[in-house]
Amino acid sequence: MGDFVRVAFAVAEKDLRLELRTRATILSAVVFAALVLVVFNFSRDPTAVAATDLAPSVLWVTVAFASVVALNRAFTVEREHAALDGLRLSPAPRGALFLGKALANLAFVLLIEAVTVPLAVLFFELPVLTAGWGLPLVLVLAAVGFVAVGTLLSAIAVRTRFAELMLPVLLLPFLVPPLTAAAESTARLLAGRPLSEVVGWLRFLAVYDLVFVVLGLLLFGAVIDE
Amino acid sequence: MTDDLARARTILRAGTFLTLLALLGVAAVYLLALRYTPVEASQGLAQKIFYLHVPAAWGALVSFSLCGLASAAYLFLHEPRVDRFAASSAEVGLAFAVVMLTTGPIWGKPIWGTWWDWDPRLTLTLLLFFLFLGYGALRSALHDPRERARFSAVVGIMALVLVPFIHLSVYFYRTIHPMPVVLRPEGPALPGEMLRTLLVSVAVFTLLYVGLVTMRYALGLARDHAEANAGGADA
Repeated sequence: MGDFVRVAFAVAEKDLRLELRTRATILSAVVFAALVLVVFNFSRDPTAVAATDLAPSVLWVTVAFASVVALNRAFTVEREHAALDGLRLSPAPRGALFLGKALANLAFVLLIEAVTVPLAVLFFELPVLTAGWGLPLVLVLAAVGFVAVGTLLSAIAVRTRFAELMLPVLLLPFLVPPLTAAAESTARLLAGRPLSEVVGWLRFLAVYDLVFVVLGLLLFGAVIDE
Repeated sequence: MTDDLARARTILRAGTFLTLLALLGVAAVYLLALRYTPVEASQGLAQKIFYLHVPAAWGALVSFSLCGLASAAYLFLHEPRVDRFAASSAEVGLAFAVVMLTTGPIWGKPIWGTWWDWDPRLTLTLLLFFLFLGYGALRSALHDPRERARFSAVVGIMALVLVPFIHLSVYFYRTIHPMPVVLRPEGPALPGEMLRTLLVSVAVFTLLYVGLVTMRYALGLARDHAEANAGGADA
């Protein structure tokens, strides 16, 4: 068990260090998120729909799209110089490799959220303080779900001819349940509703996360081993 | 190798026979729906589409579930036949899903007053449709047969696991979709003629599923045979 976690952290650390040195993916993903928010702002009629009504869905669609951009990179880096073969040859348990890749991706998605939320607050005047502690909880739970499904599908999509297009086509249907749960609870929380009103959605997110993390641990071997 | 082709031809013949039989059954369902069942009091004739819509939904559900189960089985057995069945089932499921997604709005327009509504069940059926479109796109984007089989098995399993989340969210939301009238704890709430016609139709669509999958399986067998031979010629 200790080895399992150590391997996972080693893989995650490798990915994060690689990213910190180049900053290529995360910078473009963050800029992309900011741009999507700006574009959304121009495509709405402020007299028809109040910003606070629209903001939760805009926020979550932006996070989802930017996450897809970041997840696309997760295994592209492994494909270059056949780095994936190195991982494959290692005796590390496949579940640990999955956990490591997923942890690095989680860091990326959380960073995207950390940039998107303040920007959304700025652009849409979100009453973010009324949302209280529920909001960070929703952000983390949804990010875990995105990453669990996204890591697995990214490892598959990268092996196809048009990986950049294949990942969103495969991934977006899987993101809809957590996206709905996250947007619904964000809307309630921003409207100042008590946390107890979104507990059902939070549980839904937690179960989704648990199921797909376990599935990722089990299935990752079938994805990377020949 | 020519054995494969001969086998594909036999299977195709069986599949064609079953499909034609099922199509005759579909004609019989039309007759039953129009002549035998009573006109529903509040919906009028529009309700007749129920005898196609519900069995098509059933067919899609069976197709996608069996694809998911076959996917899980593939990861244990690594048997090309199981993979071919999963691929066939997913493709036939798409056809049923198209029937379901077109008959639904035709009924929805007179009854709900709108072609489409972002009702959870509609939305998520549409998602399931997209999910298996993605499954098909993935299959066609991969060339190595074993890699294709493994990857699509993983996606098939993930899709199967996603379905309960889809069903769960139906009960989380307010919905305008008719609630179940047959499979519910209190027992069916339909007049006998309607229920019998529906059951006939479900049986017919199940037969149609078997026929179409058999045909598609034979084509898959022939295609794998052709691919294997083409690969042999290159090497």
